[in-house]
Amino acid sequence: MRVRLNPQGKDLEVDDVRRVGDLLGRLGILPGTVLVIRGDRLLTEDAALAPSDEIELRSVVSGG
Amino acid sequence: MKCTRCREPAEVKLRSHNSAFCRECFLLFFRRRVERAIEHQEMFRRDDRILVAVSGGKDSLALWDVLADAGYRTVGFHLALGIGGYSDRSRERSESFARSRGLELRVTSLADENLAIPTVVGATRRPACSACGTVKRHYFDAAALEAGCNVVATGHNLDDEAARLLGNVLHWQVEHLARQRPVIEPRHEKFARKVKPLYLTSEFETATFAFLRGIDYVVEECPNAVGATQLAHKAVLDGLENASPGTKLAFVGEFVTRGSAGFQPTERPDAERSCSSCGMPSWGETCGFCSLRALVDRKTGRAATVADDPAEDRRP
Ligand code: SF4
Ligand SMILES: [Zn+2]
Ligand SMILES: [Zn+2]
Repeated sequence: MRVRLNPQGKDLEVDDVRRVGDLLGRLGILPGTVLVIRGDRLLTEDAALAPSDEIELRSVVSGG
Repeated sequence: MKCTRCREPAEVKLRSHNSAFCRECFLLFFRRRVERAIEHQEMFRRDDRILVAVSGGKDSLALWDVLADAGYRTVGFHLALGIGGYSDRSRERSESFARSRGLELRVTSLADENLAIPTVVGATRRPACSACGTVKRHYFDAAALEAGCNVVATGHNLDDEAARLLGNVLHWQVEHLARQRPVIEPRHEKFARKVKPLYLTSEFETATFAFLRGIDYVVEECPNAVGATQLAHKAVLDGLENASPGTKLAFVGEFVTRGSAGFQPTERPDAERSCSSCGMPSWGETCGFCSLRALVDRKTGRAATVADDPAEDRRP
């Protein structure tokens, strides 16, 4: 599936992940540090993913 | 995963609260938490006038959204920092939010004042965030006074406060610990009370709220934040939170209710004088902000507004 990391604007292809938790684990991202967005909805860690999904991982961390 | 309140499918899981929520129930939960913080800490009441410091980011826009919907009397204030495209986009998001909600937003542009942050940094060689802090403090107070607001509300969230607390503890900054409160009473009638209604809501929660409310906020970071120590502290805290959910909430919440009483600010005499340049309360002939401004004017070849500024002599 297609994964976009924001705010970096970086696109990734990630295969063989069934759930949001697996996707975050694969990318080494801690849950609670990103919003997981599919279309106009947010996904929880246990949500199932399909190969055709387009997912945005949007960092919630601000600094300064 | 099901919503803890209504058993509909959940969109948000909050491990720190051992809960999951559908969209409607999360919005309700979030608004209640903010309202409770306001009431418990006696931040303000319905007859107060509140200046909301709006950066264009998720926290301050979510805060303004909650306060305006709850019927508080608010005025938004955006300080355009002059930090390239980042500042342009921040201003644009703040203005479009205000427009879409029919809310009053006041804007001051630092570039118009010859005080764009890069200009100040070039002239004073101070670290960007320290210069930025001095300038923001002045303009928030001045804007509140001008708008007739007795309260200034900022969007500092639980993660900001936890990172700051960790930094203060690591260096035992007792003076800073004494002043790290969700409510700071003014020391002069011209100054406003400073409040942080989001101090117990995490940035995951504020980002979630902003997304679910359809708020178009600036996701990118200020370029000066990159590599800031605060981000390193946040990363450590995220690791602790992941291992033990609720850690940040306990760290900040218990500090405020139990820990902070152990740190009292050293008594400073209240400012009795008015700055000869801007008229705001000051401990010296001119206030810290006007000393900074005079220095910038001199270094950039603009006419100095303050002659023989005594504060400047103390700078290296
Ligand atoms: S990161 Fe520093 S320079 Fe940028 S807005 Fe925050 S305090 Fe100002
Ligand atoms: Zn629900
Ligand atoms: Zn002054």
